[in-house]
Amino acid sequence: MGHPYLPLTDAERRQMEKAIGIENYADLFQVIPEEIRAKATFDLPARTEEEVKKLFHQWAALNTPASQLISFLGAGAYEHAIPAAVPYIVNQSQFITAYTPYQPELNQGLLQAFFEFQSLIADLTGMEVANASMYDGPTALAEALFLAYHVTKRKEIILLSGLNPEAVQVVRTYTANLPVTIHPLPFTEDDPQEQLEAVLNEGTAAVIIQYPDFYGRLTLSPELVAAVKASGALAIVYINDPVCLGLLEPPGAFGADLVVGEAQALGLPLSFGGPYLGFFTAKKEYLRHMPGRLVGKTTDLDGRDGFVLTLQTREQHIRREKATSNICSNQALCALTATVYLSLLGPAGLQEVALSTVRNSHYLYNQLTRIPGVRGLSSQPFFHEFVIGLSRPPAVFTRRLREKGFIPGYKLPPESGRGQDAYLFYTSELRTKTEMDRFCEEIERCIQ
Amino acid sequence: MKKAGPVLLKECSRQGRRAYLPPVSDVPPTEGEELIPSFCRRQTPLNLPELSEMEVTRHFLQLAQRSFGVDQGFYPLGSCTMKYNPKLLEELPRLPGFEDLHPLQDESDLQGALALIHYTEKVLAAITGMDAFTPQPAAGAHGELTGMLILKAALKDRGETHRNLILIPDSAHGTNPASAALAGFEVQKIPSSPDGILEPQMLKPYLSPRVAGLMLTNPNTLGLFEKNILTVTRMIHEIGGEVYYDGANLNAIMGWARPGDMGFDLVHLNLHKTFATPHGGGGPGAGPLGVKAHLAPYLPVPRVVETEEGFKWDYHAPRSIGKVKGFWGHFAVIIKALAYLLSLGYAGLKQASADAVLAANYLQTQLKEAYKLPYDHPCMHEFVLGGLKENPAEVRTLDLAKALLDYGVHPPTVYFPLIVAEALMIEPTESVTLELLDSFVAMMKELAEKAKTEPETLKAAPYTTPVRRLNETGAARHPVLKW
Repeated sequence: MGHPYLPLTDAERRQMEKAIGIENYADLFQVIPEEIRAKATFDLPARTEEEVKKLFHQWAALNTPASQLISFLGAGAYEHAIPAAVPYIVNQSQFITAYTPYQPELNQGLLQAFFEFQSLIADLTGMEVANASMYDGPTALAEALFLAYHVTKRKEIILLSGLNPEAVQVVRTYTANLPVTIHPLPFTEDDPQEQLEAVLNEGTAAVIIQYPDFYGRLTLSPELVAAVKASGALAIVYINDPVCLGLLEPPGAFGADLVVGEAQALGLPLSFGGPYLGFFTAKKEYLRHMPGRLVGKTTDLDGRDGFVLTLQTREQHIRREKATSNICSNQALCALTATVYLSLLGPAGLQEVALSTVRNSHYLYNQLTRIPGVRGLSSQPFFHEFVIGLSRPPAVFTRRLREKGFIPGYKLPPESGRGQDAYLFYTSELRTKTEMDRFCEEIERCIQ
Repeated sequence: MKKAGPVLLKECSRQGRRAYLPPVSDVPPTEGEELIPSFCRRQTPLNLPELSEMEVTRHFLQLAQRSFGVDQGFYPLGSCTMKYNPKLLEELPRLPGFEDLHPLQDESDLQGALALIHYTEKVLAAITGMDAFTPQPAAGAHGELTGMLILKAALKDRGETHRNLILIPDSAHGTNPASAALAGFEVQKIPSSPDGILEPQMLKPYLSPRVAGLMLTNPNTLGLFEKNILTVTRMIHEIGGEVYYDGANLNAIMGWARPGDMGFDLVHLNLHKTFATPHGGGGPGAGPLGVKAHLAPYLPVPRVVETEEGFKWDYHAPRSIGKVKGFWGHFAVIIKALAYLLSLGYAGLKQASADAVLAANYLQTQLKEAYKLPYDHPCMHEFVLGGLKENPAEVRTLDLAKALLDYGVHPPTVYFPLIVAEALMIEPTESVTLELLDSFVAMMKELAEKAKTEPETLKAAPYTTPVRRLNETGAARHPVLKW
C-alpha cells in the first residue's frame, strides 16, 4: 500500500524480499504461532490527513479551554503568559525529533541546553545540583522520599499540611510497598513549627514542606528547616510554581536538603495536565543517590569544552535492579522549554511576573472579603493563591459563575479540613483589575 | 582557528538587557514586597541571564544546529524505534481546545478531551488484545512501575504476599529489573538459550511458589520472536504468576500478533516509540498500561467512564493502586499517538510492522558478511551484531559508532543487550527507502574495510562533529553539573 508514513514502494519491497531470499515479507512472520496470528485483526480504517484533522478539531470544539474563560483556577497547574519565542525556539526539529543524547558528539546542543537547565534550576532554588528532569512534581517528590528512606534508613515521612493533594496521592502509591509510614499533619492556623516539633522523632526520615503551600501560604522558614534537620531527618521542600521564586528566598538558603517540584509554570501550556516538568535538586552530598539523568561538563580530545551524560552508574541501564530509580525517558523537551522561558524572562521579568501575581491575589482577596457572605480563610501570609469560604451552596455558586464566563477557582474537598464551602483562588499576571472587579460583582450577585 | 561553540547563556548576559516584558498588574499599587513576610523575601541575588530576544533565539538555534534528530538523518538506534514523526502530529495538540485546557476544569468543559482519552484507550486495547487501559504513566519505565504496583496490590488481595520474585530474561531492558525492584520485588535473572530465546526447559528450574510473575518483551531485545511464548505464559499462569509485556518492541508485530493473545496479563506501550510521537531529546514520552479484566480493578484512578450524561471521571475504585502521576497523563503525547493510529489504520499499521521487519532483515542479510551475527536467524524489527568478523587491529564497537558520526548517521545502540559482546543493535524502522538502506550498508562495509587498512583512523573518530571524543571518565570523576 502507498501511505505517506511508509516510504517503501512495492517494487522496493520485492527487491528486498529477493535479497533476503524469501517469497514474501509475510514469511518473516511465520515464526509467530498461527493461533496468535489468526486473532490479531481489529477494525480501524485508515484516514487522510484532513480527515484526521477534522476529527481532532471536533474533539477540541467539545472543550471549553480556560483561555476562553476568565480563570481563577490554579491548584497545581498554573496559567502564565508564554512569550512567542518559547514555542518558536522549542519547536526546532533537531530538538523535537532527537533521542536521548547517548552520542554526545552529535548532540552537544541538547546536552548544553540540559546543562543550562540544571544550572538555572539549581540557581533558582539555591541548591548545589539539579538533575535533567523528572516526569512531574508528584513523581519527583515520590523519588525524593525514596532517597530520604535509603539515606536515613528511617521509616516515617511527615507531610506538613498544605501539600498538593495530587502529590500526596502519588507519594502514597509509590511508597505502598516500602516499610514507611506517611504521616500527614492536619490543617492548622497556628504555627506549623509547634505542630511539627510535637511529632518529629528519631524515626523521621523526612519532612515535606510545600513553598508556597497548596493554599498559597508561606509557612516555610529557616527555623522550620533547622528544626527538621536537628532531628536528623531530611528537609524536603516541594515547589509547585517556581515563578514565585522571583520574589521568594530560595529554599536552599534556608538549608533544605532536597528541593523538588513541578515547573510547568515556566513556559509550559496547561495542556490538560501534561506533559509537565518535574525537577529534582539536592545538596551535593546526595548526588550519588539522585534519580534521573545528569549532564556534566568535560573536555574533548583537543581540549575543547563539551558536555556528556554522566554518573550513569546510578541509572537503570547500567545498575539494573540496584539503580537509584527506574527512570529512563524524562521530560527533556519540557526542560528545554523552561530553560528558554527563564532565559527570555531574565531576573527582571521573573520578578515582575511574581510581583503581578502577588499583587493580583491580594487585591482579589481584599475585594472578595468585603462582600457580605464571603469569609477570608487565608489569615496567614499567602502568595499567589488564597482560600475563601462562601455562605452559598457550592454547586450553585460554581454553576452560576461558570455561566457568566468565569472559572471560580478550585472547590476544596471536605477532607482538606478547610470546611464544606471553601474555594482556592489563583490569580496570575494575566488577570486584570476589570476582570477581577467583574468577578467580585458576579459573586456578590450570586450570594445575595 | 577552530570554530568556537556557543557560549553558555550566563556568559553572554549583560545587565539591563530584556527579551520579554510580561503583563503588568493594573490593580491599585500595594508594594508587593511588603505583602511577603521579611523572612522569606528574596535576599539571595536572582542569578538569571539578561539577554535580548535576538540573543536568546540565536543561542538556542545554534544549539539546535549542534543537535541531531530523525529529521536530520538516519537513526537506526536499536530498541528506540526512531521512526519519522509525521508533522500533522505536531499541529494537533496546539489547538486551544486542547492546549489551554486546565486539568481541573469541570467535566462539562472537558467532554472532547475525555472522549478522546476514552477512545484512545479502546484503540490501544484493540491493538494489544487487552481489556482496559490507563493513560496515566509518563513513559515506558513508568508503565512498568505501574504494572508492578498493580501486581503487588493484586497479590496482597489474594493473600499471596509470599510471591515476591519477578523473573526477567538476561536480555531484558534495564528498566525491567529496576521497575520491579522499585515496586518491592526481588529479581531473578533467567538465561537465554543458545538460540537467543527463552526455552521452557530453561525456565522450569526457576518456577517456584515465590514467583509473582515474568517480564518479557516479544520480540526480545535480540530482535527474535519468542516462539515458545504460549508455553511460557501457560507455565507462569499454572504456578499462579502473571506475565508482563514490555511494549518497547511492539513495532515488530502491530496487526500481526497481540500480546493479549500470547497470554500476557499486563502490557505497557511506548507511544514515543511505536506510535511516532517525537522523543524530544529524551522525553516526554508516554507509557499507557493495559491489563486483562482480572487486573482492571487495580488500575490507577481516575478512569474515564461513559455515562448517560456524558463522559466523567470515576474515582470509585476501592482496589485501585491510586495515582501514579499528577493529573491524567501526557495528554499532548496521547493526542499525537492517536493521530498516528487513525492515519494508518489497521492495514497501515500492519504494513508498517512488515516494512520495519523487512528493512531489518535486509540489513542483517547484507551486514552479516562483514560483521559477526551471534544469533543467525531471520529477525523481527531489529538485530544485534557482535562487532567485526575480521578484526586484527581490535577495532571496537565504540570506534565504529564514532566513525559513523562522520557519515552523518546516528549510530546504532551499542553494548546492549548485555549478552552480546561488542553489541551493535540495529533497528531501521519502516521509515526508510531502499537507497537509504543501501547507503548504510555501504558505510558499514567501508568501515569494516577501514578497520583492516587504517584502524587508527577509526580509533580516533569522529572528526567532523562539533567536538571530538569526550572525556567521560573525567566527567564522572570530577562532576561539573552547573555553571
